[in-house]
Amino acid sequence: MTPLDSMPLTPGFADPVADAQSCFRALLEAMARPGRVQRLAALPEAPAPLSPAAAAALLTMADAETPVWTDAGPAAEAWLRFHAGCPLVARPGEAAFLLASGPMPPLAALAAGTEEEPHRSATLVLQVAALEEEEAWRLSGPGIENSHPLRVEGLPDSFLPDWAANATRFPRGVDLVLCAGPRLVALPRTTRIEEAG
Amino acid sequence: MTALGYNFGYLDENTKRMIRRALLKAVAIPGHQVPFGAREMPLPYGWGTGGIAVTASVIGTGDRLKVIDQGADDTTNAVSIRRFFAKVAGVATTESTAEATIIQTRHRIPETRLREGQILVYQVPMPEPLFRLEPRVAETRRMHALADYGLMHVKLYEDIARHGHVAISYNYPVLVGGRYLMSPSPIPAFDNPKMDRMPALQLFGAGREKRIYAVPPYTSVRSLDFEDHPFQPVRADAPCALCGSRESYLDEVLTDDQGGRMFVCSDTDYCNTRQTHREAAE
Amino acid sequence: MAYVAVKGGERAIEAAHAWLAEERRGDPALPELSLDQIEAQLGLAVDRVMAEGACHDRGLAALAIKQARGDLIEAAFLLRAYRTTLPRFGASLPLETDAMRIRRRISATYKELPGGQVLGPTFDYTHRLLDFALAAEGGTPPPAPEAEAAPAVMPRVTGLLAQEGLMAPEASSEAEPCDLTREPLAFPAERPLRLQALARGDEGFLLSLGYSTQRGYGNAHPFVGEIRMGAVMVEFEPPELGFAIELGEITVTECQMVNQFAGTKTEPPQFTRGYGLVFGHGERKAMAMALVDRALRAPELGEPVEAPAQDQEFVLYHCDNVEATGFVEHLKLPHYVDFQSELEKIRLLRREASGE
Repeated sequence: MTPLDSMPLTPGFADPVADAQSCFRALLEAMARPGRVQRLAALPEAPAPLSPAAAAALLTMADAETPVWTDAGPAAEAWLRFHAGCPLVARPGEAAFLLASGPMPPLAALAAGTEEEPHRSATLVLQVAALEEEEAWRLSGPGIENSHPLRVEGLPDSFLPDWAANATRFPRGVDLVLCAGPRLVALPRTTRIEEAG
Repeated sequence: MTALGYNFGYLDENTKRMIRRALLKAVAIPGHQVPFGAREMPLPYGWGTGGIAVTASVIGTGDRLKVIDQGADDTTNAVSIRRFFAKVAGVATTESTAEATIIQTRHRIPETRLREGQILVYQVPMPEPLFRLEPRVAETRRMHALADYGLMHVKLYEDIARHGHVAISYNYPVLVGGRYLMSPSPIPAFDNPKMDRMPALQLFGAGREKRIYAVPPYTSVRSLDFEDHPFQPVRADAPCALCGSRESYLDEVLTDDQGGRMFVCSDTDYCNTRQTHREAAE
Repeated sequence: MAYVAVKGGERAIEAAHAWLAEERRGDPALPELSLDQIEAQLGLAVDRVMAEGACHDRGLAALAIKQARGDLIEAAFLLRAYRTTLPRFGASLPLETDAMRIRRRISATYKELPGGQVLGPTFDYTHRLLDFALAAEGGTPPPAPEAEAAPAVMPRVTGLLAQEGLMAPEASSEAEPCDLTREPLAFPAERPLRLQALARGDEGFLLSLGYSTQRGYGNAHPFVGEIRMGAVMVEFEPPELGFAIELGEITVTECQMVNQFAGTKTEPPQFTRGYGLVFGHGERKAMAMALVDRALRAPELGEPVEAPAQDQEFVLYHCDNVEATGFVEHLKLPHYVDFQSELEKIRLLRREASGE
């Protein structure tokens, strides 16, 4: 294995201003229209195991003011530290953003804000195997006209009950960004999920 | 960098990122006011700094920006803000509601129904809907936490007892997603129903008060009322003297000092489009 | 009937700006003001603009004053709007006002004190008679007599009181204070945040508030423990170096007010401090700031909060003149949509009231 300090650091956004803007618009659209799959146009060359969409989301949102937690290992940590300049924390509960490439951290352990300041809550960027706008779940809530189909591969079995528990704390709660390859979907805390069929 | 020596969109990237984070949380918690570190802008506070900060953080080279004040594209402040973005972001601008991807507005919602893919950015002077009833931010924040809006209901009830009507004609408070009481900004109450389940994303920026909030698409926005006194938007009972519309919100224009007056659409793009169609049909 | 909307537009704005530029220059037969002249001869205006503009740069402040035609709030606004676009390299170390190179230092609490009273360049004790000699040009005043250099370090009156245990100690903290320019105000606001807001607050507003505490709205019993004005070194410690480097000297004015405090069940009677610090020579502002700082400490000292100057939200939300002037002046913007809805509402209410 190559020692870390001799590993070449892959680049971040090719055009930091324009790429961050287009990626933010995709995130904003994703958060505003839960379940709709956004394909990012400008992707950084992130080291494995980071998915391009997850890496782009972090570059867009994180900086020196936002503590980040990740399980993606030293190459990803070095890349995030260099390109986003974000402090990395060991405890998931202290993070403003979490980037999970392995098992999903329990939602209940993440910062959920307070009744007065529910925005002081974590955003979990979770890498999954696949995202399709197909009828497996039916989503509803703000941002969705009637209902919206979504199929996610690679979530733990406990996801739906955990998500339902997250909703009961409203306005407190955690927001979720699911990433697969260059694609992402956001699930804000207000989105209700029903299993189709 | 633009020709002026300022970053694209005037704000530096750190500031944009901070505002973008606030925007994402605002969308995730519809109607909740998210504090943000508003920066000084080259325009004065109260003249649209919050809206400008939001637009500057959202806008990209592919966007087409429309700016209105009082419904019109040609009011001085709208002209000034549109020129600012043309200068610091080099983006295309338009007066057409249908063609715009971002519409920054002060005091109106366009008459033309907004669609998906559009963002409406409101300039907000005072984001706190309860401020006339309770000026202390620490107190109102607690009321929002508890969804305790009794103060506002009492005020509306007292209006009805005294005047037979709610005596609020603009900045009429709304309940968003059944949870947060929200100021729609000083739009006429006539415009309130347009906010309800709007297909476009609605973003609100209050620069001096340093708050950002949002209404996602297709989200319920209900003007507060009572069963026996339902919310009633009002407009002048006249057709537009220029395009004949009986649906649009009207400005009253005094034509002489003898009491002569006429009513014309406040939304200039809507009015011009209707006039063009009418001429084409003739 | 031909109707043309009278809504102004691009040409009107351009014409107005051209007119403004013309007015700014004034009579072209007269020599144009140079920034050096403003900096040198309107130095207190430069100081005030730097303080309220929250940016220490004499040249830029002079430019802002020139551009604003001498409107100091407009100038402070220009400077703030410029400052906010600057990249941030880090925070300087706290200023050591103990080590100030003193140009003025007075105390109202002791006639004689170590280091002595240094009057410095002050309006105090001048007779406020218009000096018509200044109306004539070309006068260079005779040089002021030179005194011996003030001692390198002058002890503080508050320090002398503290030695006797009469001065309430300040809570000391190594924690990074909140930064008002990055985070919006949140209440209750801690003292570092309050002092930041006051330091860039409007001099006139703080003056009136400070004055109100003297007139019974806030129950203060203040003494000027010390006012000192002079040059202090600004130091910065780059993380990669690990030691501080000197960036240069700036002039600041510091005021420490000493206030009586009756004590509580757990604390003996003692003096408490109100603190003021501003860029440049800004004595009135530093004193007003110190009065208001002390008034805002009412809750922590167990005093009732009754007067405007003791009310955090009232003071901190209204002391910023850039925010205040923007919002007051925005009333000039058109409001015809809102006014129209008021018109319709009032007509409706009147129709119904008259039984139609």
